[in-house]
Amino acid sequence: MSLLEAVGVRKLYGTFCALDGVSLTIPAGQFVSIIGPNGAGKTTLVNVLTGLTPPSSGTVRFKGQDVGGVGPVRLARLGMARAFQLVNVFPGLSVGETIAVAVLARLGRGARLFASLTGERAVWDEAAVVAELFGLGGVLGRPARTLPQGDKKLLDVASAFALNPELILLDEPTSGVSTADKHAIMEVLVQAAARLGIRSIIQVEHDMDIVFGYSDRIVALHQGRVLADGAPAELQANDDVMATVVGRARA
Amino acid sequence: MIARAAAVAAVLALLLAPRVASPYLLTLLLPAFAYGIALLGLNLLFGTAGLLSFGHALFVALGAYTAAWLTTRAHVRALEVIVLAAAAVAAVIAVPVGLLCVRYVKIYFGMLTLAFGMLFYSFLYKFYALTGGDEGMRVLRPTLLGRAFAERDMVAFLTGPFYYYALALLAAAALVMWRIVRSPFGLSLRAIRENADKAAFVGVSVRRYRFYAFVIAGVFGGVGGALLAVPTGLADPQLAYWTHSGNLVFMLLLGGFQHFLGPIVGALCFLVLQDHVMSLTPYWRFAFGGLLAAIVIFLPGGLLSLLDRGRPA
Repeated sequence: MSLLEAVGVRKLYGTFCALDGVSLTIPAGQFVSIIGPNGAGKTTLVNVLTGLTPPSSGTVRFKGQDVGGVGPVRLARLGMARAFQLVNVFPGLSVGETIAVAVLARLGRGARLFASLTGERAVWDEAAVVAELFGLGGVLGRPARTLPQGDKKLLDVASAFALNPELILLDEPTSGVSTADKHAIMEVLVQAAARLGIRSIIQVEHDMDIVFGYSDRIVALHQGRVLADGAPAELQANDDVMATVVGRARA
Repeated sequence: MIARAAAVAAVLALLLAPRVASPYLLTLLLPAFAYGIALLGLNLLFGTAGLLSFGHALFVALGAYTAAWLTTRAHVRALEVIVLAAAAVAAVIAVPVGLLCVRYVKIYFGMLTLAFGMLFYSFLYKFYALTGGDEGMRVLRPTLLGRAFAERDMVAFLTGPFYYYALALLAAAALVMWRIVRSPFGLSLRAIRENADKAAFVGVSVRRYRFYAFVIAGVFGGVGGALLAVPTGLADPQLAYWTHSGNLVFMLLLGGFQHFLGPIVGALCFLVLQDHVMSLTPYWRFAFGGLLAAIVIFLPGGLLSLLDRGRPA
């Protein structure tokens, strides 16, 4: 069964058509990259897939449930998490606390009024394990705002991973990071996903080395439509797609 | 280290005060204890959850009027019952008000809470039969743990048994709030304060948690109001007026909203200072305006942030 399914999704902003009938089926276990030039509708698609914006028409189903516009909290409960393009952390919370917030929410313990936070041993242990996977094990007590940019990015992703989602959406996980660090971040990310048993990843990415290096499948968007959808080798063989989407023909 | 020593010294001083301090100073401390409780609630909203209410006086007034109504109309004198009733009344009102207010944040939240405060003020003012209108309602002397202390005059009652009763209630309220702030719920609230969008994406029900914080804050406000009404002896509409809410925010800024004890320190300092300045000049509001401006500019963390100086950030 497909994990995430979009059928004929259209999204209009006024008269502007950001998504013009996108259909996608993503089975469990795939690493899918969404690519396309600026304005192709990538971010809109991710927003629709994550229930943030309802589609104008068409449906989005996650594990068979309609998730069009359900919002982030319900989606997190259902098992879909998201990390952001821009660094998105809790500046004043420590690394450990940031991850613990996600773990508590997942366990449904976030509303415990009188329980001792320090007494939540299992939560802190789990937060430490997740932090360790992202190389943040040594800075558990540090406020997020004092971390270097790359680590903030990793912390954002780590807190999304701490939800133990079945599917995670990453909006340009390596944007704003130096080229040298990009591969390091992707390695950490892919290994962490494997260790935590998160098998399905959808990412929006501009860096073609990353896209072709890690994806099982690539979905190319252009002007709100799916231009191509296939394995990296298939796309690379298609000069038209490469020229439109990547902006260069295959050498 | 310094902070801990200072806290222990302060608690000892408060415990011993009835033996050494003048009745005048002691009666000045009583409202400070009551405000301390109300402000612990206000600071759960502001310091922890990041929502600034300009209508917290609504709940203080509710507590005071509950005390007035129970002692004068219902002939209930047991302060335990009065405090519990004030908490319940505050919660009952906080639910609908909170449901509406937490849909908004920042200035919109502040304005909406202000509006509800003024609404209640008008109600107190106009519904003469129930509230006594602009004259307010008297609050009769309550019994403490079943004892009336009839042999003592009012000052002896207030500076003796009632002083310790209020101090104990403040300590209990602080303990409860300490638990709440250090609970998983408290951490979730801090996450919401820091970045509500991100909090939602890691599964925190932002609006629901803000609502819980609002109701808890209201309950603390109600309890504080009931306790405030006893030494004042009166519940009047000014308690719900927006300037009273402003004073509460002032106290919080004065003490320091980032510190757990900031609200209590703020309440104490505000009342002692107000008393002194009022005795010096009729233009005390002018002096307080200047003080507030100075705090915001030079000491935005409040008085307790002085303890953090010299400590690594």
